[in-house]
Amino acid sequence: MSSVTADVGIIGGGLTGCATAYHLARRGARVVLLERGFVGAQSSGVNFGNLRLQGRYLRQLPLALRAQRLWEELEAEIGESVEFSQTGHVLAAVTPAHVAEIETHAVDCKPYGLDVEILDRRETLRRWPFLGEIVIGSSWSPRDATVNSRLVCPALARAARRHGADIREQVSVTAVEQAAGGAFRVVTDQGFVLDCGHLVNAAGAWAAPLAAQFGEEVPAFAAGPVQMVTEPLPRFLDPVIHAVDGGILFRQTARGNVLIAGHPRVPVDAESRRTRVPPQKATINMARLAKIAPFLRTQNIIRMWTGIEGYLPDMLPVFGPSRTTPGLLHAFAFCGHGLQIGPAVGAVLAELILDGGTQTPIGDFAIDRFRTPMAADKAKLKHEFDMEILDRKMPN
Amino acid sequence: MTRIVVVGAGPAGVAAATLLVERGADVTLIEERAQPGGQVWRAPAPGLALDMDRLLRGDSEGFRRFHAGFAVLRPRIDWRPETLVWNVHGGTVQIVAGGAQQALPYDALLLATGATDRIAPIPGWTLPGVFALGGAQAVLKDQGCLIGREVVFCGSSPLLFLAAVQYARFGAAVTVLDTTPLGAKISAVPGLAASAPRQLAKGIGLMAALRRQGRPMHLGVTLLGFEGSGGVTGVRWRDARGVERVTACDAVAYGHGLRPESQLAEIAGASLRFDRLRRFHAPEADALGRCGNGLYVAGDGAAIGGAEAAEVSGRLAAMALLADRGESVEFGALPERLARLRRFQDGLARAFAWPHAQVAALADGVTVCRCEQITAGEVRAVLAPQLGAAEVNRMKAATRCGMGRCQGRYCGHAAAEITAAALGRADAPLDRLRAQPPVKPLPIASALVEDDWP
Ligand SMILES: Cc1cc2nc3c(=O)[nH]c(=O)nc-3n(C[C@H](O)[C@H](O)[C@H](O)COP(=O)(O)OP(=O)(O)OC[C@H]3O[C@@H](n4cnc5c(N)ncnc54)[C@H](O)[C@@H]3O)c2cc1C
Ligand SMILES: Cc1cc2nc3c(=O)[nH]c(=O)nc-3n(C[C@H](O)[C@H](O)[C@H](O)COP(=O)(O)OP(=O)(O)OC[C@H]3O[C@@H](n4cnc5c(N)ncnc54)[C@H](O)[C@@H]3O)c2cc1C
Repeated sequence: MSSVTADVGIIGGGLTGCATAYHLARRGARVVLLERGFVGAQSSGVNFGNLRLQGRYLRQLPLALRAQRLWEELEAEIGESVEFSQTGHVLAAVTPAHVAEIETHAVDCKPYGLDVEILDRRETLRRWPFLGEIVIGSSWSPRDATVNSRLVCPALARAARRHGADIREQVSVTAVEQAAGGAFRVVTDQGFVLDCGHLVNAAGAWAAPLAAQFGEEVPAFAAGPVQMVTEPLPRFLDPVIHAVDGGILFRQTARGNVLIAGHPRVPVDAESRRTRVPPQKATINMARLAKIAPFLRTQNIIRMWTGIEGYLPDMLPVFGPSRTTPGLLHAFAFCGHGLQIGPAVGAVLAELILDGGTQTPIGDFAIDRFRTPMAADKAKLKHEFDMEILDRKMPN
Repeated sequence: MTRIVVVGAGPAGVAAATLLVERGADVTLIEERAQPGGQVWRAPAPGLALDMDRLLRGDSEGFRRFHAGFAVLRPRIDWRPETLVWNVHGGTVQIVAGGAQQALPYDALLLATGATDRIAPIPGWTLPGVFALGGAQAVLKDQGCLIGREVVFCGSSPLLFLAAVQYARFGAAVTVLDTTPLGAKISAVPGLAASAPRQLAKGIGLMAALRRQGRPMHLGVTLLGFEGSGGVTGVRWRDARGVERVTACDAVAYGHGLRPESQLAEIAGASLRFDRLRRFHAPEADALGRCGNGLYVAGDGAAIGGAEAAEVSGRLAAMALLADRGESVEFGALPERLARLRRFQDGLARAFAWPHAQVAALADGVTVCRCEQITAGEVRAVLAPQLGAAEVNRMKAATRCGMGRCQGRYCGHAAAEITAAALGRADAPLDRLRAQPPVKPLPIASALVEDDWP
């Protein structure tokens, strides 16, 4: 069995893994990334492409704003287009409770450096006249953006490779062993092992078993946000329109298609990696779209899909150093918002490994928050997930 | 009572439904079009008095028999015309009819979804006036219209001469440019003569008919492209001796045989297998059409076989379905008859081979994906064994080739050939674009659900 050595080994070539490889390689570390399939072929390459700042968990904003700066510079830096487009984002209120929520959020996010504008119904409809009667106000965040997620990981992986990272596709990690000195030996299905001093667990919805192997059990589970797309239409919309409760959201791609998504997320089979959108769910999203943007009623859906995303009951990722095993770092289960923060997650992991710490606050995402079992607030999560997921996968 | 859903009212679906009701089953027959018939027995639009004897000649008897049989069947089944099955999920077929979505639960599902044209892109193939061969035939059968007055029928397909003869019967000035290499045809003849002498004689008769009428007909040609600006005005081709020529025309019917409409079977859970002879994927089924888990396939959607094989395979799949539900059935000589018909089709597939090497070598500037206007060069540019697109679905993600209205049903085969050849894998089983619902565009307005949001 041949062996490969590196300073840092990374398991998983989604955005988390690719961004980490990129930042580490740029700073001169020897990195080997192992991806079971193709880079960005799972969650990171099938998502909605929303780089949304407003409406996030407030204490994630420093990380998110750092990520947005990185996104703003990314295309120039790597010399490839990922269809980054700073079109802004609209949180559309359709109930009085939504209005109260966005008004509070607009005040709360300001100290973090995020400025959003609250628009009344009239102004909202003046700006986006195609919105339906049910929209009664909105929050406008001009710095939010979108990308074509299909392009992101391959482009970042190529950039990382130009900086010297060794990125290997179609290599599955089958086991991780730890030698006496603390170094890791990563066993693959391709007849070689990887020996490395640091190991990043960036295996997305498949990462929890590895954490458990090092005594860090987390109640992670997989689910799929439903996506669908219309035929291309003449340009009518720049920003993302996103109902405050996530019940429906849509945007128009660079090509002109309307991309549509909306909660609740549906069950997926992470084991077989086959995903199918339950038709009832697709139908509901179509009906909601017709409510929030009635003129789209005349359009056709040409494809629907979902992806396999890792979630945790508090809707925050696991991100930071292992609390049991020096040299091991976790970054997974991004709960449906890992695209936006991805570049900063990579930069922070590089700092943790090369500098031994980071200025960006990430304490809330520590893996040991699950040491004392956490009960899921099912009432709150009812809008987020299909009942089947809540009943079968959520800890009580 | 068990509910059996049959999708597709061509010869396969109707034969299956007929056998099933005769055995007392409760059958729902779903058809996207307004009328039964499928491709081969496609009926003219209601109110159109098309002279079917003139159109079909010797086949008009078969046409009448099919529609008379259907008239008897119709009151005995739950007949759902103008109903699209857009998805299959969790033991239900998802349909759209009368502008509304609905779910129909089933105990067993028999898919007889037929076939459509397989397109080999060449320069100019997206020009207005260039039709797929089957499409040109459908316009005539369905609307009684011709795609033009001076029509070039070109490509390589057993339907090429049939369609040309039908157009000639309705007054079109037809020219046939057959790209089938002569050697391939001749070497296939002994096999064809043994397995299906009747069909072979029919084919030869069609050619003779065109010859008698003095229609220009050139065999073993190479097509160089379709020409015109704003619409097709000519076909550029090279004859068997290597002389380059242009035939003026106002429309082109172009085809390279058929490919199964297998998306619904894939979504319903069938595995797909790569057919090396035909170089496409078809649902994996046993000789009777069983895919497992209560799913059955028949007709061209299972294996390209023509009208007679479709009918026989429809009956066989229905019998297999009954047998699996514990009923006693006599298969008799039918399985052997189907096997013989399919051997004949293998002969046709060899004679009228899909020109895969030519497709793989398509010039960089030529459009592959018509919906998204993606060229062969754009496909090749993103291919790379590592950190690029290493297979056809990744290629699609990077280029949008196959991402448009037709979801790769028309460009997918060419895209797979170009991808495999450029990656040096032309000899391995091809990759294929994965299917997702809906199998055809689904109107948003058809979502009439009660939803309490917000
Ligand atoms: C449909 C959908 C829509 C979304 N929309 C948005 C959005 O609009 N905005 C947003 O910010 N976020 C969105 N997200 C979330 C976002 O896509 C994810 O949080 C993010 O991509 C996670 O990246 P990752 O690298 O952690 O995981 P992944 O992209 O899943 O990558 C993990 C990788 O690890 C590999 N792997 C697993 N096990 C092994 C092993 N044993 N050996 C080798 N490799 C292995 C996998 O093959 C996979 O490629 C969405 C997600 C989905 C599914
Ligand atoms: C355009 C064309 C012309 C042809 N002409 C001839 C000919 O003249 N002579 C000959 O011998 N052979 C001809 N063939 C070959 C022909 O396909 C077969 O002989 C025969 O029609 C196959 O029968 P089938 O029942 O398998 O499928 P088909 O006859 O193709 O019937 C399939 C039916 O399923 C329906 N369907 C498919 N998907 C769905 C869905 N998702 N929801 C609802 N309904 C659906 C279709 O509308 C169609 O009516 C032709 C083929 C094509 C494509």
